[in-house]
Amino acid sequence: MTELPTHTTRKLGLVIDLDTCVGCHACVIACKGWNTENYGAPLADQDAYGAEPVGSFLNRVHSYEIQPENAPAQLVHFPKSCLHCEDAPCVTVCPTGASYKRVEDGIVLVNESDCIGCGLCAWACPYGAREMDPTEKVMKKCTLCVDRIYNENLPEEDREPACVRTCPSGARHFGDFADPDSNVNALVAERGGIELMPEQGTKPVNRYLPPRPKDVEIDVLGPLLAPVTEEARGFLGWLDKALDRLPGQSARASKERR
Amino acid sequence: MHPAKSIILFTASSGLGFGLLVFLCMGFPDVTGWVAFVFFAIAFALAGGGLVSSTFHLGHPERALKAFSQWRTSWLSREGWLACATLGTAGLYAALLIFTGIRVLPLGWLAALLCIATVYATSMIYAQLKTVPRWNHWTTSALFMALALTGGALLSGAVMLAMPMLAICFTLQFYTWKLGDTLLAESGTTIASATGLGGIGTVRAFEPPHTGGNYLTKEMFFVIARKHALKLRSIGLALAFVAPFLLLLLPFAHIFALIAILAHVAGLLVLRWLFFAEAEHVVSLYYGRS
Repeated sequence: MTELPTHTTRKLGLVIDLDTCVGCHACVIACKGWNTENYGAPLADQDAYGAEPVGSFLNRVHSYEIQPENAPAQLVHFPKSCLHCEDAPCVTVCPTGASYKRVEDGIVLVNESDCIGCGLCAWACPYGAREMDPTEKVMKKCTLCVDRIYNENLPEEDREPACVRTCPSGARHFGDFADPDSNVNALVAERGGIELMPEQGTKPVNRYLPPRPKDVEIDVLGPLLAPVTEEARGFLGWLDKALDRLPGQSARASKERR
Repeated sequence: MHPAKSIILFTASSGLGFGLLVFLCMGFPDVTGWVAFVFFAIAFALAGGGLVSSTFHLGHPERALKAFSQWRTSWLSREGWLACATLGTAGLYAALLIFTGIRVLPLGWLAALLCIATVYATSMIYAQLKTVPRWNHWTTSALFMALALTGGALLSGAVMLAMPMLAICFTLQFYTWKLGDTLLAESGTTIASATGLGGIGTVRAFEPPHTGGNYLTKEMFFVIARKHALKLRSIGLALAFVAPFLLLLLPFAHIFALIAILAHVAGLLVLRWLFFAEAEHVVSLYYGRS
């Protein structure tokens, strides 16, 4: 079971647009809500109103500051959930076969009734996508809302992961990476979608769209305009000259500025 | 990584137990009857006790038997099988030796090999993890096996072998630290590759996803050791290797041997604690730590 399939028929996953994400955490809450009420053990919270609240989440939003060499700093909100890797190290380390990657769509899942809660899969994941539930003591991870995407009891527009459905800025896209004509592949091609930690060799399916380059403000007319400041006249002119005659540093500074 | 007591005890105790079994199964010390019974009982208690303590950190120990199913890919599963095969083979060898006085040497050699294989499997649970560059190196397995054999030599009273082994372990441990301190940087995984944003500029973690802790921050980040790393490393080396070596240089007395063993075990626990506490997991980069 923990042997990875050499090929999956489909490669379902997400494209996350770091340019449009506003960092509202709606995806975090939608994910927590859906996955608490549906597939598997509920996502617990402990000491929720106490001094040290802790809980399991399958999706979390980080924020990073990027300081380019010659431009103002940028702030990027960075949602992170399971990347459903093709070469998923979390699956092969599992001693019980609870973790597996589905041949039909590439989704990485945990069969909770087989999980012994050893935590080794979370150690093997470089992305921090797996969290042990503090109450149920089984490993929780993103299921890509496997109980929504094929659920014929839901209206068709709801048959996508809860995080994608809820995102108010359209920063999350769901699709099949094995289909060359899919929406997700088009986005990746157009915007240069990136893999996280490619050097770890996990071959993640999910892709991130980097923030679009900021417009550089070029002032075309500025150099052609006459300077605004002029030689001081009248009372100010007299004061300037009078002050220049006094000994001290101010004279040189004011002359340099002119 | 979080240094869980059950895992430190498991790896240290089972390593010592399997190390002692290696020597006992190869006929050293050459004992039979009740003396052999006591020696084997100590070895089985250490090895078996360690394995039992490893189940204490499981969320669902009642499902532990399922862990035997995935030996094709999982080192944790392989370790389970090897441990059982080792204890079974060594148990048969011990029973024949103790109750019938027959020493079946080929069986003993097989058990000794299985002991070493089991310690190797334990080490590979950690050494296989690319996510912890400090562990993802041959030195992890070499050190686990060398420590097990050294502990076995001390416990079985093989003084002439124990002394060079202590020196080898000292050197290997020192080399492992010196090299290990550079492995995270050499792995190429940085906050830039973790976010994929390094091409735009210098990336800095601005805000974590939440103000409290979570499973990841508790399990993967542990920084207390780094503050005192040098002192703890020195204490570990002194207790585990230097003290036993000096004690074995003295004229032989049982009390010195006992103190040497106790010092070695105490040092081993310090070293094993550091093994976990000093290990950096790459997920900490997402949280702006390393």
